[in-house]
Amino acid sequence: MKLKSNIATSETGFIFNPSTGDSFSANAVGMEIISLLKKNKPLNEIKKHILDKYNVDEAVFEKDYDDYIAQLQFYNLIDTM
Amino acid sequence: MDKLRYERPSIKQMNAGLMNQYGLKTEYAPVLDIDGVPVKKIISEYGSPVFVISERQLRRNYQNAVRAFKTRYPKVQFAWSYKTNYLDSVCRVFHQEGSWAEVVSRFEYQKALRNGVPGKKIVFNGPDKREEDIITAIKNDSLLHIDHFDELYLTLELAEKLNKKPRVAIRVNMDTGIYPMWDRFGFNYENGQAWNAINKIMASGKLEFTGLHTHIGTFMLVTSAYAAAASKLCDLAYNFRIKFNKNIEYIDIGGGFPSTNTLKGSYLQGVDTVPSIDEFAEAITNTIVNYGFKPEDLPTLILETGRALVDDAAFLLGTVLATKRLSDGRRATIMDFGVNLLFTSYWYDHEISPAQEFTQNSEDMVVYGPLCMNIDVVRENINLPLLQKGDNVVVHKVGAYNMTQWQQFITMRPKVILIDMQRNVHIIRETETLDYITELEKVPQHLTETNL
Ligand SMILES: Cc1ncc(COP(=O)(O)O)c(C=O)c1O
Repeated sequence: MKLKSNIATSETGFIFNPSTGDSFSANAVGMEIISLLKKNKPLNEIKKHILDKYNVDEAVFEKDYDDYIAQLQFYNLIDTM
Repeated sequence: MDKLRYERPSIKQMNAGLMNQYGLKTEYAPVLDIDGVPVKKIISEYGSPVFVISERQLRRNYQNAVRAFKTRYPKVQFAWSYKTNYLDSVCRVFHQEGSWAEVVSRFEYQKALRNGVPGKKIVFNGPDKREEDIITAIKNDSLLHIDHFDELYLTLELAEKLNKKPRVAIRVNMDTGIYPMWDRFGFNYENGQAWNAINKIMASGKLEFTGLHTHIGTFMLVTSAYAAAASKLCDLAYNFRIKFNKNIEYIDIGGGFPSTNTLKGSYLQGVDTVPSIDEFAEAITNTIVNYGFKPEDLPTLILETGRALVDDAAFLLGTVLATKRLSDGRRATIMDFGVNLLFTSYWYDHEISPAQEFTQNSEDMVVYGPLCMNIDVVRENINLPLLQKGDNVVVHKVGAYNMTQWQQFITMRPKVILIDMQRNVHIIRETETLDYITELEKVPQHLTETNL
């Protein structure tokens, strides 16, 4: 799972795709995942990071993560391999 | 170290088109209580889903409507439209306030009697009055609103048989500039049918002709249609006075005022587009007052207002069963209530509020009910906070037609509770049970054993 390389992000949750001109905003957890994806972190590291930091069950997060990746795909922010 | 509060990850496209001048946040300010009773407490005590009715709002709506008409016209009488919501407790609140009953079937008629309405304060409308219904109505001196010639002839026959002079009115349909015109009920004004019916009634000498009735449609958005209707009924009343040298006792202008719900497909919120009761009152009473009757000849004005009195007094509380993503990427939220309980979601974009605090993040979604049926869509598109399983929501303005047209389909109907003026909570209809639902079923002998 890889974020498209040209996607620009800001600390405040703003995401910009220069090739389409679309801009997006993400909530806190959404933004953390995007920055980790940008650094090419694997899923287990992303998961550990979120579970350590936020009050959430592993099962819940896994389900939400899959759903979030589906959203990123829908918005064309991820390279489908 | 304490962990941070988790919210499921979410991303939203920023699109200028989504903003409108009324702001984005209207739909997701949380609603935590109803008349001061916490939503969470109601759900934990009475279950989910559950209908909640505010007695305070029922009375407030009624008193406001009465004020709007009585400050403009000397003789006003409301008759509660049973079909709009015939839960006994709701009807009784209106009867306590002074409202008569308006019914359209034997079942509703009997309900009104049981609610303590004297027969002579029951307006009996509708195309379906059976012989025994008409007999009962005649014996009780109710106001029989005749719908068609077959009913007129039957009433004449029964009046003779019973040797009583029933009090009758005719329902009149007419062109009020509204399309489609409701011409299937009553006698037409423009083609002379209504005048013809009046003449037949008078010629018979067997009926007491007391009033003129119309109901021009429902959720009417223009006051001019009521001015047109009132004017046509006044014309009949005026000609009646000239020809028979008698006054019409009342003009019944029916129901049809809109509630502040938002009709499907309309861009603006209902609250911003719907004329107020005062504007309707002005159009109707102005027409009658200025028609040319002598003050002592002015007819009583009867109103059968339904949805405008009850819609915003009721809420449906529910719970998120699941959230999922559809094949095209849209978010879907599945609630524990659907079109089985919320019949009016076929007409309205019902406002839905979360019942707990959320962050400012939100997403577009489709809201489904729990039925295993494709038609079970509560909202095709709504922007709400990031709901998850177990969260509670409040659906607004569900008081009209849902608690009468709800279906016992796939699931059973839930409790209805009333919050009274002192904020006490009363169950006014219990949750249905399997025994209640199957009580009327009969299984033939050869099917008693299934032997699987
Ligand atoms: C004869 C009659 N009166 C009154 C009403 C109440 O109408 P509303 O709820 O639109 O006020 C109806 C509703 O269909 C009706 O048929």
